[in-house]
Amino acid sequence: MSILLSNISKNFGQFAALHNVNLEIPEGELVALLGPSGCGKTTLLRIIAGLEAPDQGQVLLNGEDKTAEHVSHRGIGFVFQHYALFRHMTVFDNVAFGLRVKPKKERPSEAVIAKKVQSLLDLVQLGWLADRFPDQLSGGQRQRIALARALAVEPNVLLLDEPFGALDASVRKDLRQWLRNLHQELHVTSIFVTHDQEEAMEVASQVVVLNQGQIEQQGAPAEIYDHPANAFVSKFIGQTNILNVEQNDMAWLVSAGISADNRHGAVAHVRPHNIDLQKASINSDSPVLLKDWQHLGATIRIELFNPQVKGGNSCLFAEMPNERFKQLNLNRGDKVVVNIKQAHWFN
Amino acid sequence: MHTLVDAHGQASRSALNDPKWVRVTLTSIAVAFILLFLCAPLVLVLYQAFSKGLDAYIHALSDPDALASVRLTLLVAVATVPLNTVFGIAAAWAITRFDFRGKSLLTTLIDLPFSVSPVISGLIFVLMFGAQGWFGEWLSAHDIKVIFATPGIILATIFITFPFVARELIPLMQEMGFEEEEAALSLGASGWKTFFLVTLPNIKWALLYGVLLCNARAMGEFGAVSVVSGHIRGLTNTLPLHIEVSYNEYDVIGAFSSASILAALAIVTLILKSFLEWKQGKG
Repeated sequence: MSILLSNISKNFGQFAALHNVNLEIPEGELVALLGPSGCGKTTLLRIIAGLEAPDQGQVLLNGEDKTAEHVSHRGIGFVFQHYALFRHMTVFDNVAFGLRVKPKKERPSEAVIAKKVQSLLDLVQLGWLADRFPDQLSGGQRQRIALARALAVEPNVLLLDEPFGALDASVRKDLRQWLRNLHQELHVTSIFVTHDQEEAMEVASQVVVLNQGQIEQQGAPAEIYDHPANAFVSKFIGQTNILNVEQNDMAWLVSAGISADNRHGAVAHVRPHNIDLQKASINSDSPVLLKDWQHLGATIRIELFNPQVKGGNSCLFAEMPNERFKQLNLNRGDKVVVNIKQAHWFN
Repeated sequence: MHTLVDAHGQASRSALNDPKWVRVTLTSIAVAFILLFLCAPLVLVLYQAFSKGLDAYIHALSDPDALASVRLTLLVAVATVPLNTVFGIAAAWAITRFDFRGKSLLTTLIDLPFSVSPVISGLIFVLMFGAQGWFGEWLSAHDIKVIFATPGIILATIFITFPFVARELIPLMQEMGFEEEEAALSLGASGWKTFFLVTLPNIKWALLYGVLLCNARAMGEFGAVSVVSGHIRGLTNTLPLHIEVSYNEYDVIGAFSSASILAALAIVTLILKSFLEWKQGKG
């Protein structure tokens, strides 16, 4: 089901949680609502679900205006951040709940329900837990049961609020992969909220970046990463060097490859992997020194330092593959020649 | 927990493990206090009730006035407890689920009966419904008796006991949050189904606990009821009032045998209360 939000605004007292948000999500996508905490992403998700009413604007599902429709009639599946499993019911009864509360006419027989619940539990690979209670499960298991429960009513849209937020790092990695695979299998339009840009880039087919109640950019992960629409997106997605370009400090950056002709603003953002290094000869006039480096596994993060510059522009971070760093054979304090391959300019 | 044993083979003391004499003294004081002020009166009630033998006890309880007072007490409880259960759930729901003007005022007002002397609570109803009260003329014109009659006793008891259920539920429902209810709604459940299938099972032990306390107070209330009842024998005397009247008339057996019923109620309440606390603690 496609989702269209037009002119959504929501205030909590004096606080504007959302301001004139317009968003279109085509059918079948797996979308991440990404932003720092307090940016309004959860509120937006709850408005799509009908758990919150917007002060202004419309929610259209499949082209139909559902703004006034109650949450129980919207045909959505909602997975809560803390799972919200019914604590007094077994896993089986939790998953069966959505089917059992259907009006008599539409309610399937207990045999059909049992079959369906079992197949959902198999789908989330937890069939053996049917008789347990929620407090006997691990966080990752609860998460998957919550998902199975939401899927039981065959929702047209699946909404997940910080689905991996409360989990251990290792469990989180597994579940991300698993969610993406599940989405490929089911093809239900899905939106999940996250503040973790890595998670958004890894799982989603579309990323929507929110900040202070407004959408900053929407696009495929690659597009957002390679062509950030503004300084906020560039800063929020991935690592970046932020260079406030003043005339005095420009010279060494220009010699490092930033072209003064191409500049469109006062701030240059340079991704660490867009900085290349060469070892400089002893009598080179390059002012940049290698200060330190950190081993991040496949890549090496290198701290560069220009002692001739004062203030924020004196440090740069570069990243390169492990292999290449070994080839360069650099040590702390070595003079290096910096080559900035690409920069994004913002005001 | 296992005790740490040091090199000398003695159990080492944790920081909170006070010397033996401190523990013994404090425990003795507490036990002595309970024996003197709680157990001794209870034993005395039973002793006095049976001082003339079982026959006298049974005779005192089968006195028509005593039976009438038991009936009235039960009637008051049956009328009061369900009403205050519904009110308590509604108030707890409103306070924990909605934001509205005057919410903190409502929360404070719920505690009013606890902070007002029961005699004042009774007087309020006399002032409202008594012969000289606000509605007095209208009531007597329509031949409706509230004060010195059963309706007045029920009203006063409702007033006195309305905090019990709400006060048990509010903290619990606040702590639980409402994600489970939202989950039920998002799965297509109606409001009523959500309440009966999700909310009620989660609050049931606290609710029963509140109902139990409410019932105990409704049956045992003296002050407020005394003001509105008029002490008409066989008509408007509840069990506590009947005890007082009997005692004032030097009918010791009558007073204490009726008192033994209330004492038995207290013990049953206590046992149920511990059971409910145990249940609540478990889940």
